[in-house]
Amino acid sequence: MSFFGMDCVKKKEQELERKLRANDREYNLPFKYATNAIKTSKYNPFTFLPLNLFEQFQRIANAYFLFLLVLQVIPQISSLSWFTTVVPLVLVLTVTAAKDATDDINRHRSDNQVNNRKVKVLIDRKLRSEKWLDVQVGDIIKLENNQFVTADLMLLSSSEPLNLVYIETAELDGETNLKVRQALTVTGDLGEDIEKLADFDGEVRCEPPNNRLDRFTGTLTYAGQKYSLDNEKILLRGTTLRNTGWCFGLVLFGGPETKLMQNCGKSTFKRTRIDRLMNVLVLCIFGFLAFMCTILAIGNCFWELNEGSQFTVFLPRQDGNDAGFSAFLTFWSYVIILNTVVPISLYVSVEIIRLGNSFYIDWDRKMYYSRSDTPAEARTTTLNEELGQIKYIFSDKTGTLTQNIMTFNKCSINGKSYGDVYDCTGQRLEITEHTERVDFSFNKLADPRFRFHDHSLVEAVKLENPEVHTFFRLLALCHTVMAEEKKEGELSYQAQSPDEGALVTAARNFGFVFRSRTPDSVSIVEMGQQRSYELLAILDFNNVRKRMSVIVRSPEGKLSLYCKGADTIIYERLHQSCSKLMDVTTEQLNEFAGEGLRTLVLAYKDLDEGYFNEWKQRHHEASTLLDDRESKLDELYEEIEKDLLLLGASAIEDKLQDGVPQTIEQLSKADIKIWVLTGDKQETAENIGYSCNLLQEEMNDVFIISANSPEDVRQELRDARTSMKPGEDSVFLPESILGKGVKVMADEAVNGEYGLVINGHSLAYALERSMELEFLRTACMCKAVICCRVTPLQKAQVVELVKKYKGAVTLAIGDGANDVSMIKAAHIGVGISGQEGMQAVLSSDYSFAQFRFLQRLLLVHGRWSYLRMCKFLRYFFYKNFTFTFVHFWFAFFCGFSAQTVYDQWFITLYNLVYTALPVLGMSLFDQDVNDVWSFQQPQLYVPGQLNLYFSKKAFFKCALHSCYSSMVLFFIPYAAMHDTVRGDGKDVADYQSFALLTQTCLLFAVTIQLGLEMSYWTAVNTFFVLGSLVMYFAVTFTMYSNSMFLMSPSAFPFIGTARNSLNQPNIWLTILLTSILCVLPVVTYRFLFIQLCPTINDKMMFKVRQAKASPAPPPRRTRIRRTSSRRSGYAFSHAQGYGDLVTSGRFLRRPAFSRSSGLINAGRTTTGFSPMGRSAGYSPTGRPQNAKVSDVEVTSLQMYRTITDPSL
Amino acid sequence: MGKVKPGPLARRPDNSAFQQQRLPAWSPMLTANTVLPFFYFMALICMLLGVWLLLTVQSTEELKLDYTEAGTCNLCFEKRKNVSNAAQPCICTAVFNIKKAFKGDVFFYYGLINFHQNLRRYMDSRDDAQMVGRKNNLKSPSSYCMPFDKDKNGVPIAPCGAVANSIFNDSFTLSYMSSSGSVHVPLLRKGISWYTDKNIKYRNPSTENMTLPQVFEGTAPPLYWQKPVYDLDPLDKNNNGFINDDLIVWMREAAFPSFKKLYGVLHRANKPFINGLPAGNYSVEISYNFPVQYFRGRKEVVLTTLTWFGGQNHFLPIAYLVTSCLILLIAILLTVFWFKFGKNGQNMEE
Repeated sequence: MSFFGMDCVKKKEQELERKLRANDREYNLPFKYATNAIKTSKYNPFTFLPLNLFEQFQRIANAYFLFLLVLQVIPQISSLSWFTTVVPLVLVLTVTAAKDATDDINRHRSDNQVNNRKVKVLIDRKLRSEKWLDVQVGDIIKLENNQFVTADLMLLSSSEPLNLVYIETAELDGETNLKVRQALTVTGDLGEDIEKLADFDGEVRCEPPNNRLDRFTGTLTYAGQKYSLDNEKILLRGTTLRNTGWCFGLVLFGGPETKLMQNCGKSTFKRTRIDRLMNVLVLCIFGFLAFMCTILAIGNCFWELNEGSQFTVFLPRQDGNDAGFSAFLTFWSYVIILNTVVPISLYVSVEIIRLGNSFYIDWDRKMYYSRSDTPAEARTTTLNEELGQIKYIFSDKTGTLTQNIMTFNKCSINGKSYGDVYDCTGQRLEITEHTERVDFSFNKLADPRFRFHDHSLVEAVKLENPEVHTFFRLLALCHTVMAEEKKEGELSYQAQSPDEGALVTAARNFGFVFRSRTPDSVSIVEMGQQRSYELLAILDFNNVRKRMSVIVRSPEGKLSLYCKGADTIIYERLHQSCSKLMDVTTEQLNEFAGEGLRTLVLAYKDLDEGYFNEWKQRHHEASTLLDDRESKLDELYEEIEKDLLLLGASAIEDKLQDGVPQTIEQLSKADIKIWVLTGDKQETAENIGYSCNLLQEEMNDVFIISANSPEDVRQELRDARTSMKPGEDSVFLPESILGKGVKVMADEAVNGEYGLVINGHSLAYALERSMELEFLRTACMCKAVICCRVTPLQKAQVVELVKKYKGAVTLAIGDGANDVSMIKAAHIGVGISGQEGMQAVLSSDYSFAQFRFLQRLLLVHGRWSYLRMCKFLRYFFYKNFTFTFVHFWFAFFCGFSAQTVYDQWFITLYNLVYTALPVLGMSLFDQDVNDVWSFQQPQLYVPGQLNLYFSKKAFFKCALHSCYSSMVLFFIPYAAMHDTVRGDGKDVADYQSFALLTQTCLLFAVTIQLGLEMSYWTAVNTFFVLGSLVMYFAVTFTMYSNSMFLMSPSAFPFIGTARNSLNQPNIWLTILLTSILCVLPVVTYRFLFIQLCPTINDKMMFKVRQAKASPAPPPRRTRIRRTSSRRSGYAFSHAQGYGDLVTSGRFLRRPAFSRSSGLINAGRTTTGFSPMGRSAGYSPTGRPQNAKVSDVEVTSLQMYRTITDPSL
Repeated sequence: MGKVKPGPLARRPDNSAFQQQRLPAWSPMLTANTVLPFFYFMALICMLLGVWLLLTVQSTEELKLDYTEAGTCNLCFEKRKNVSNAAQPCICTAVFNIKKAFKGDVFFYYGLINFHQNLRRYMDSRDDAQMVGRKNNLKSPSSYCMPFDKDKNGVPIAPCGAVANSIFNDSFTLSYMSSSGSVHVPLLRKGISWYTDKNIKYRNPSTENMTLPQVFEGTAPPLYWQKPVYDLDPLDKNNNGFINDDLIVWMREAAFPSFKKLYGVLHRANKPFINGLPAGNYSVEISYNFPVQYFRGRKEVVLTTLTWFGGQNHFLPIAYLVTSCLILLIAILLTVFWFKFGKNGQNMEE
C-alpha cells in the first residue's frame, strides 16, 4: 500500500491538470495516466521473500532476535548454539510469512476478479466487451443497469429523459438513497448512437486525481464550445447504476487514480492498552536484562581477576583477553542466555490468542442475527482484550439504538384512543409478534407490511365515522411524500422523513390511499373511490412553526386546511370549542408519550372561499417580496392557521432495536458509561433516551445545555455541576490540568444520578479548547449523556476528548457513514451491519447486526478475552522469568562464564513445545464463570476497566514470584545434588544430570503453576498439559538416545543422561520437593485472599459452585411503563423546504399518474419505499424552544435532488 | 470454514460446543474443603519422607580426607608449586582412622574443591565426535578444542580439549594398618562410569586388526599428560584409549566447582574386607601429580558407603522435615483464618 501511496504522491506532484481527449488513445498515451487495473496486493512471487522479510524485520522483536542471532555467531560470545534462536525465529517468520502470503493471494484474487470484470468499451467505432483492466483514460464505455461503475467517468448520455442517471453510492459513502447525475445536454444528444459517440472528440481538462468525493472541477471542450463540469456529471468508481437502462461515460480517472482508490487510505493501526503496557514492560525488561548482564559481567570481571587468572593453566585465555575484555564478552553472552525474558514466542502467542478469541466472536451463534443472516464479525483480530476494558460507549442513535422503522402505532381520534388490544376481561395485552393483526384485505392498495392490532379502528373506518375519515384524509393529504406506482396497486412512497412515510402508509391501509400528486393536485383513493384534491397551498414546515398545513379543494369544491404539528403549537391555535376534546386528547397524548411514542396533533378547518382568495392574493404578494419575505409569509400562515378544529393525535413508534433497554441497563450495571451522539434533534434524542432506559424518571435531574453563546454554555455547565455537587468550591479547574498536555482526569463522585443533554450548538462551544475540560468534567459526573444534532466531526471530537483526558477505553458504535469518524477515533469501533451502507462496518473493528449483541461482545467475549490475555501474560512472564533467573543463580557457581543451566535443546524447545500448548490452551479456553453468569453479574466486568488483572504491579508480583521460584528451582537441586552420587556410586552431580534435573523441576513447577492458574479444565486443556509433560519426556529421551548421539555427537552430547539419572529416587524426591515449595506460597496466598478479601471473580465462582447449576433465568422484565407527565410531545424528524419542492414541480419529472390512461405507461420507481432506508447525510433540523428564528439552519435536501435543467 | 450452506441461514455459525465455548469442563477452586486437607496431607507425607530419608542417610558412613597438605603431602604440594617440577613424580602418604566399620560396599572417591569444570569455555573445549571414535575428528579435532586441538608441531591431540587435558592424574593406594601389618586394600577400578558412557559415548576408533597405538598414530597426547591415551591403564588393555574409565569419569564434567569423582570400589573378595572396611587405621599412598595451588583448590579423598538414596547428603531429609513443619504451620494458620473469616462465607457476600 505504501508503494502505491508513494506512487500517487509522485503523480500528484507531476500532474497539475489532467488533459484528455475522448476516443483518442494516442493523444492520451503520452500523459501516462494509470489504466484501470488496480493493485492492492503487495507482493509478487519474486518480491515476496525479500519484501516480506524486510517488513518483518522492521518489527522490533524480530530485529532483536536477529541481533541475538548475530551475537551467537561470534564464537567468543556465543553462549548458546545458533539453533536456539534460529529455530524459533524461523518458525515465527514462516508463520507470519504464510499468513501474509495467504492475505496477499486473497488480494490478488480479488484484484483479478475486479480487474477481469467485463464492460463494453467503444473501440474502433464498435462496442466491444473488454476487461476492466484494459479500460484506459479517454475511452467511452457503456454501462447497463445495476452494473458497477468501472472507473471515474464523465457522464455522456443516458437512456433516461433529461440525460439523468441514478446511482447508488453505498459502497463509496454508505448512503443508500439514490443519487441523480445528469449529463450535459450537448453530450446527452449523442444518445446511444455509436457513430456519433465514436466521432465524439471532446477534450477534457480537469483536476488531477484526488480523494474528494463531493467535488469535481473541469471543463469539456467540444465543437469549439467550452462547458464546465462539476460533480453532477461525474460517475465515480464504486457506485452502482440503478434504475437506468444504460448510459455512456468517458473515462477520466482509472484504477488507482479513481477517487475510490484514493480514498482507501491506510486505516490507523490501533493498539490495545495491554499492547502499550507490554511495550513499556518490554522496555523495562530490556533495562532489567541489561542490569542483570551488567552484574554478571562485573561478577565475571572479579572472578577472572581472582580465580580465572589462576585457572588459565587449565583454560588458557585467548590472546590478549584480560579480565575486562572477558567481562565485556560475558555481558553479551549473558544477553543471549537471558534473552528468554522477552521470548519471541510471546508475540506469536499473543497473536494466536487474539486470533482464537476473534474466531469465537465470529462463531458465536448468540451474536448471529438470523433475520438478515448476519453473524458477528471480528474485523480486527488484535483488539480483543480491550473489549474487556471498555469504560465509555459512544453510540449513534438511528439505526443503532433504533431500527429506524417508524410505525404508526396508536392514535387518538375525537377523544377515542385506538391501538391497544384488550382481552375479554378488559386487561390490556402486550402486543407481540403473535397478536392477531388487523385484516386489510378490504383494501386492495394496502401495504402488506403494515401491522395494526386494534380492530375497532377499522370498524370505525368501515362505519364511516366522519372524524375518523377526516383524520385519515388529513394524513393522506397533508404531507410531502412522493408516490410512485410501478404496477397497478404497487405503490411505493418516497418520504423524506420516516415519520411521514409511516403516517401516509397508515392512511393508505385504512382506506385513504395517497396515490399520486402533481404540483397542484393530490390524488387519493378514499375507500376505493378515486378522488383528486386540488392542492392550493402548502404551508411548509419549519423548525419554529413546527407544523405543516395544506389547503386543498375537494372534488366537491369544499376548501379545507389540514394541519399537523407539535401539540403545544397546535393547541394554541385551536378553536375554543375544542377545549374539552383537548383535555381528553392531552391525556391520551401523555399516555402515548409515556410509552415513548412520537406524537403529532392533527387539526383541520374549513375555509371560506372568499377569504381564501383574498389570503391567496396576499400570499402571492408576500412570496414575491424581495426582503423580509420569510416573516411576512409566517405572518400569513399564522393568520390562516387559527381556530382549527382538533381531530386527534397520531402516535408513531420509533422502534427500538430488540433488547436495547435491557442492554443499556446491563452495560450500566457493568459501570460502562453510555453517551449517545446523534444527529437527531433534541426532543427525539431525549425521547429515545427515555425509552431505552438511558435517561430515567428516577434521575435526580436531567440537565439540558442548549445555550447559544460560549459564556452561557459555560454557565450552564457550571450550574449543572453545582447542583450535582453542592458546596463544590473548585468551580474552576486547576490550571495545571488545563496547562499540561495529557493528564487523566479522575472520576468524581456525585450524590444522585444525573443526565445531561447537550445540543450541537452548545457542543461546538463546549468542545473548544478553553471549555472542553469543563464540559468533560460535567459530563463525566452524569450517568448518561446525550449529545444531539452533532456532526460526524463532533462525534469524533467528543470521543477524542474522552480518550485524551479520561485515559479510559472507549468504544464507538454506529451504523452509518456519519459514524465513521467516531468509529475510527475510538479505541474500538463497532459497526452495525445489515441495513445501511457498508461504510461504518468497513471502518469498524467489530461488526454485528443488532445493538443488543454489544453486551455479549463486551460482557462475555471482551471479559473473557481480557481475562485470558492477562492470565496468559502473567503466566507467560512468570514461566520465562523463572526459566531465566535460574541462569542468574547458576552464574555464581560457574564463574560467571555464561554457562547455561539447561540443555540447549531444552532452551530451544521450552517456549516452543513444552510450555506452548498448555498456556495457549489456558488462554483459549479459560473462563471464570460461564456466559450466563457473566450476563447475570455484569459487575464482573469492572476489574477490566480498572486494569486489575494485569498491570505494572501484577507484573512486578510475577517477577517476584519467579524470583522465588527460580531460587527454589536452583538451590534445592544444588543442595540436593552437589555432594551426592547415584545408588551405585556413579556420578549424578555432573553437569548434564544437574541440567536435566533442573529443567525437569522447572517444567513440573511451571506446569503445576499453570494448573493453579487455570480455572476451566476442558478435556483439551488437560490433554495439552499432560501431553506436554509426556512430550517433554518423550523428546528428552529421544534427544538423549544413542542413535541421536551417534548421528551427531556434538549436537546431542547429553546421551544417556535421562536414563542414568531419572531412575534415581533422589532425583524424583528433589523434583517433588521443588514442586511443593514452588506451589506452597501460591496456594497459601490465594487461599488467604479468597478467605479474607475475595475478588469479585472469587465471589462469583463461589456462588456458581454453590448454585451448582446454571442460574435461574433472569426474571422476565415487564415493559417499563412510565407514568410520568413528561411528554415527548412533538417529535417530527422533518426538514424544511420540501413543500416548495413539491409545488414547484421541479422534482416531478413526469406528469402525475393518470388513472384513466390505464396502467400501461408504468412509472419507474426510483427506489422502493424502504422504511429502513435513511439518508446518512440527512440532518433533520430541530430547534430548542428558545431558539431565535434567525438561527434556523438550512437543511440539506439530499433525499430529493432538485433537478435544474437548463433546457427547462 | 469454506463450505457454503444453502438457505437463508447460510452464514449461521455451527452449533458445536467448541465454537460456542461450551466445552464441558472442570472448574476447581481453592476452597477450604480441598486446600486444608491437602495441606495436612502434604505435611504428613513430607514428614514421613523426611524421617525415612534421614534414617536412610544416617545409616551410611562417610569419611573425607583433605590430603592437599596432609601428612607428607605438604612436600609434594610445595613441589607442585613450581611448574618446572611438573614432570617429577612425587609420592606421599596420608593416614586416617576409621572409628566405625564401613559395612557393605565402600566407594572411594577423589574430590576437588574450587575446580571449575563448569566454565563455559572449559566445557565446550572437547570433541565428542572424536571421542566416539570418528576418524576424521581424530585427525582434525573440532575447533572448540582450541588451544588444545594441536600441539606445537601441529599434530592433532587426542583426546583434544581443555577437559581431557586437565585430567586428574593423582593415583591412590589404600592400605589397612591391621594388627598384623599393613594390608593393601583392593579397589576395583573398572565399572565406575555410566554404562552409556562406557559403551556408547566413548569409543575407540575402529581398530581393524590394528593395535591401539597404531590407531592413535599421528596424534599427540594432551599437553599435560605424561602417558598417551592408549597407554592409560597398563594393566588392562581394554581399558585404554577413549574408553578408559578414569578418562570417562573425568570427562563427565561436574556441575559445581566442588565435586567428587569415583576412583574405585572396594573389592570385597578377601578378608578382612568381605563385609566392608573394618575400623582401624588406614594410610593412603598418593602419587601426587595434580596441581591445585594454581586455582587455590583442595584435593580430598572420600570413602563412603551408599544406600539406594546415594551418599551421605543430609540436605533432602532435612529439607523435607523443614518443609513438613512449614506446611503444617501454614495449614494451622489457614485453618484458623478460615474458621474465623471464611467459614460462613461472609466475605463472599457481594
